[in-house]
Amino acid sequence: MGRRRVVQDARRDREFEAFVAGAAVRLLHAATLLTAEPPDRNPRARRLLTLSLAHTYACWDGLRGEDPYDRTRGHLAARFARSTWRRPHPHPDSPLARLSPQERLILVLRLYEGVAEEQAGALLGLPAERVRTICDRATAHLLQPRGTPSAVPVAKAVSP
Amino acid sequence: MNRAQREAAARQIMERTPTPVPPDLYPEVLRRGGRMLRRRKAAARLMWLLLFAATAAFVVWALMARPWVEPPSETTPPLTGW
Repeated sequence: MGRRRVVQDARRDREFEAFVAGAAVRLLHAATLLTAEPPDRNPRARRLLTLSLAHTYACWDGLRGEDPYDRTRGHLAARFARSTWRRPHPHPDSPLARLSPQERLILVLRLYEGVAEEQAGALLGLPAERVRTICDRATAHLLQPRGTPSAVPVAKAVSP
Repeated sequence: MNRAQREAAARQIMERTPTPVPPDLYPEVLRRGGRMLRRRKAAARLMWLLLFAATAAFVVWALMARPWVEPPSETTPPLTGW
């Protein structure tokens, strides 16, 4: 019993270390985009990722074929969505500083991580159409030249 | 600019600045994850222990109280002396 557990622990640590080595760069970048911090000063993103990875480590033996990357990303997104009420203002150095937290979350999930609309919606409890709308709005905000007001006028075709 | 071009441009903006991974991230993950795992295992062990204790207590009570034996009748007086 004891020997088997030692072997299992060693295998888990080995697999998990390989997973973190491959996934940490991308996940930390995604987390830093979410928290809208500058890339070299990102304590909130680090904390978010540390807790999500620790959670993945703790349920590693119970994953049963589920992708650990998806699991960590889902946990990260859910934790970020939950922490909305104690979120400081975005740092101006972040590329997504002008977007709202929800816009950042959907933009990062959809475009940076390539999660399908339905999956992103299921993760956040939103219908897929709503995800599409928010993603379009966030993209428009992001590509707007700097200095223009962030309010997007509703375009209405007025025919004479 | 069509939709695909806009999405590609947004993707490019997001991928522009690389984020360095701090070297102390992995040890901290292991520390927290290991603690979480130990707590979960301890909770599971406690649950099994409680379940076992409850089962044992029930068996002991059942053997002493024998609830499956029909209790002696209290309404009809015992028929004696004939």
